[in-house]
Amino acid sequence: MDYEGPLIKNGKRVDGRAFDDLRQISIKAHVINEADGSAYIKWGNNKILVGVYGPKECLPKHIADPHKAVVRARYNMAPFAGKEGHGRSGPSRRSIEISKVVSDTFQNVILAEQFPRTMIEIFIDVLQSDGGTRCAAVTAASVALADAGIPMKDMVSAVAGGIIEDTLVLDLNYIEDSQGNADLAMAFTHRNKDVLLLQMEGDLPIDKFKELLKMGMDSTEYLYKIQKEALEEGYKNKPTESVVLDL
Amino acid sequence: MTEILDLLKKDVIDNMIKSGKREDGRGLDEYRPITLLKGVLNAGPDGSAMARLGKTQVLASVKFTIGAPYPDRPKQGVFITSAEFLPVASPEFESGPPRENAIELARVVDKGIRASEIIDIDSFFVEEGKVLTMFLDIYVLDHDGNLIDAAALASMGAITDTRLPKIEDGEIVWGEYDKPLDYKDVVTTSTFSKVDGKILLDADKNEETDASARMTVSFVKGNICALQKGLEGSFRAEEIEYIINKALEKSKDLKSIVLKA
Repeated sequence: MDYEGPLIKNGKRVDGRAFDDLRQISIKAHVINEADGSAYIKWGNNKILVGVYGPKECLPKHIADPHKAVVRARYNMAPFAGKEGHGRSGPSRRSIEISKVVSDTFQNVILAEQFPRTMIEIFIDVLQSDGGTRCAAVTAASVALADAGIPMKDMVSAVAGGIIEDTLVLDLNYIEDSQGNADLAMAFTHRNKDVLLLQMEGDLPIDKFKELLKMGMDSTEYLYKIQKEALEEGYKNKPTESVVLDL
Repeated sequence: MTEILDLLKKDVIDNMIKSGKREDGRGLDEYRPITLLKGVLNAGPDGSAMARLGKTQVLASVKFTIGAPYPDRPKQGVFITSAEFLPVASPEFESGPPRENAIELARVVDKGIRASEIIDIDSFFVEEGKVLTMFLDIYVLDHDGNLIDAAALASMGAITDTRLPKIEDGEIVWGEYDKPLDYKDVVTTSTFSKVDGKILLDADKNEETDASARMTVSFVKGNICALQKGLEGSFRAEEIEYIINKALEKSKDLKSIVLKA
């Protein structure tokens, strides 16, 4: 079902948001009893579960690093996650690439030198998707890692930006993503605003890129606040009991 | 390390079961607290539900697509059940294609639903060469034992939550619905484990590590519609009779949980 209406009308986007508004975001930490750390994020219609295991024995052994922990993320899209159709289960080229860039993002912020020869695994499962899943996943994974008590230099949050009809916008949903002119995924550390993930496809003039990057950077404060609240909430009552996972 | 822990756990559980007790204080024939939530994924699937048995959490999704029928049944729809043990759910689960336990679970749930004929797949005919394919996906999110019953319950939750997509010119109009999926009854599934000669319902993960044999019974309209004996241990005929009677007794409660959720 292709959306045929205008992407911007009277200064509002298809879902009524202003250009720099993010969608409704909520994160719950500590939702999987069995995992060392976990988080569940609802970001608009995106629904993503992240679990962290480790530091643990590094398998297969040949990827072990004598100086630091190996961080491995696995991004998986459920076959029923999309609005249309039923996908295949198992990794696609897209999901393998996202897994790699997310692994690299967290390899940078985790104090991996503290855990030589071990492995830290981040499992990301997209249960429902509506554009911007990798950014939502990175934001949630940061919470899951903190929930697992894994030391990090800083929290990481991510957001996508893009251009729709010559207007710069933040946090594209599926319709905007598939019909807009550019899609820029960005992840930043909270304190230093170091760029840890940057991916773009489309048509983007240099000055617009700079402006989008600034917009993305400015959203880290807001996302950090949500992340921090999720962690506090997860530990408020019973630190050993998992929080009820309300999909 | 884990082996020693397993042996210690086994010892503790053995001693408790011998005196008819369980770690969490319930009786041998009692379920842990059950929760079933329907419609948890509103934008992707055509029906969804999440079931909780104690700390075990399983998600089920139903989604339709248009596909080709099997050549030998050109008028009949297709029903496919698959299960994934997500690596988030347990340190024992790994990424990759479903292993034998996930496949066994999917097939046990599938058999109960298929054999009970609660879903009329003959009504899934669209036009010559085109039928509806119904995908039932089971996602294990948190593993604390008895995944089969949690999966079966989530699946019935999802089925009773499902709406049939609107079809125009032989194609699905995504996001639009025709009517609720017609189901003839509710299948209920109960799994029993044999630990130290005693039969217990709804074993948690610790109890499962200590179980020698497992039996799953599915009921519809008071008749057995699927049976699966699991693990390497054995049952006596009188034990099986006890299990079947107990499963029938539990089926009323399970059915009302599905219908009330």
